Amino acid sequence: MSVPVRVVTLLVAFAAVVVVAVFVVAHYLVGTLPTIDYAKAASGGQVNVVLQETPENNSSSKPDWVSYYVMKPGADPHVASSWVHTTLFSVPANTRVNMTILGYDGCTPPRNNFWMQVQGTTGGVMAFQQFKDTNQPKGPVHVTPTLNGWSHCAVGHTFAIPSLHLFVPVASPDASASLCSTAPCVSGPYAVEKFSFRTPDHGGDFRWQCFVPCGGGFIDGNGGPMQTLGYMAGQMTVVGS
Amino acid sequence: MSHSTAASPADGARHGLRIFLIWLPLAVAADLLIWFALYPHLPPGRMTDQAQGQQFDIAVMAMLAAPVLLFVWVYFAYALIVWRHRAGDDEDGPPIHGNTKIQATWITATAVIVLGLFVFGTVQLIVPAGAGAGEGPSPIWKPNTNNLLQVQVIGQEWAFTYRFPQFGGMESTQLVLPQGQQVEFHVTSLDVIHSFWPYQLGVKADANPGVDNVAYAKPQELGSFTVRCNELCGIWHGAMFNYGRVVTPAVFQAWARAIQARELRLGVLAALPRYALTYDPTVIPQLGRDLVKVAGITGANGYFYPSLFQSGDPGDPVSP
Repeated sequence: MSVPVRVVTLLVAFAAVVVVAVFVVAHYLVGTLPTIDYAKAASGGQVNVVLQETPENNSSSKPDWVSYYVMKPGADPHVASSWVHTTLFSVPANTRVNMTILGYDGCTPPRNNFWMQVQGTTGGVMAFQQFKDTNQPKGPVHVTPTLNGWSHCAVGHTFAIPSLHLFVPVASPDASASLCSTAPCVSGPYAVEKFSFRTPDHGGDFRWQCFVPCGGGFIDGNGGPMQTLGYMAGQMTVVGS
Repeated sequence: MSHSTAASPADGARHGLRIFLIWLPLAVAADLLIWFALYPHLPPGRMTDQAQGQQFDIAVMAMLAAPVLLFVWVYFAYALIVWRHRAGDDEDGPPIHGNTKIQATWITATAVIVLGLFVFGTVQLIVPAGAGAGEGPSPIWKPNTNNLLQVQVIGQEWAFTYRFPQFGGMESTQLVLPQGQQVEFHVTSLDVIHSFWPYQLGVKADANPGVDNVAYAKPQELGSFTVRCNELCGIWHGAMFNYGRVVTPAVFQAWARAIQARELRLGVLAALPRYALTYDPTVIPQLGRDLVKVAGITGANGYFYPSLFQSGDPGDPVSP
């Protein structure tokens, strides 16, 4: 084999390796998760963000993993096409975020009851109400600084942005309820939870996660969905003005 | 072929003296510069007695290393200039047959340096009170006081929380410490291995699940410090950090009492696992409940306290 042929072969092989590496990074790490843009949906210094957590998801690879979903801005939460299987969303800086989380997953006793305190929200409280099914309230609206996960099975997961000192337990429908089995969930027992917090006055990326070890089948419940973007870990991008 | 004479012993001594005279003022200047200009600014600072000790260690090491480094540089530069190849000089250098005096000097000097560093390093590893390192559940090197503020450091993916057993076992995501108070850290983890590293405090201790790793520090200066995880622990390892503060004892008391009162009022304090040498979240005897095993949950060996819902009492989910 001549020297020019060898050189060309080497360059082609090197380029192929680079292309494969770029594809893997782009496709598996960042390319498949869309970011839901709530920054454009803000008005009057506020923005309404809606999430749901489900006992399973509609992915082809990990359908049995517990997962969060993000709703398209202004959409109907009781329509499946309103939901996007991602945990990335963007909000404006220096804005009040009115967060609504629909909890369709069952309860999980918390590992550390410390996380049952509501911390970092406006007023240090959150409001929630359990539903038997769509628009069928099971009990009153509770406005509370804690959610009793130690002697009542009331907590499904948590929503936490540690760098903003925001830690909120997320309510679940009661343990005896027959949970939604088709994700994204639009029917079945659920809990609606609402709280507000303020975004910082500068842009940046803020990771959020669940602190209830809910990765069933993994060591200490901390693997799988707990460590994977798009499931129980996500990122809030604050868009600077 | 050019003609030259072999180097005489007098030439060697002359070169040696020159090198020494160039090196000596540089070494003295470097050490003075390190001691007076660099030392006060070396990491990790002087926020605790442990940090101060580590800063001293680094300064001493730098003062020992600087003359050695300068000697190598001076010799190198001298050789490049004085013994450089000159035009028309094609002769080999003189053969070297060994020099007992130089060999003895070299072995003695390096042995003294290495043994000195061994003794110095060993002593500095244990004073004061373990030098801020995790000493395991049964520390050997302890501070000379029984007036200790205990702080349990709990690592989990991906946050540290801090429990203060002398304040009813209250827990916080913030680490606030009083100035002038000897602190006893009990470092553990709820899941994988983490590492508690508030580097301005001069403390670094592994957080292993089920293990109580004890470290000591005595805050001396007011201010803020950074707590980082120093053990690769998952996707958000890089984001596992927060900030702590050293405050006056009065401010600390007010802060701790306020959190204790809030958690007591909310019922959280009573529901937290009782403080123990190893942190086991499933041991909450004050609840007066029997553990049950929950299928599908691998954490804590699958054991949790049963829900009142499961016993048929719908209860009120916001009341303790």
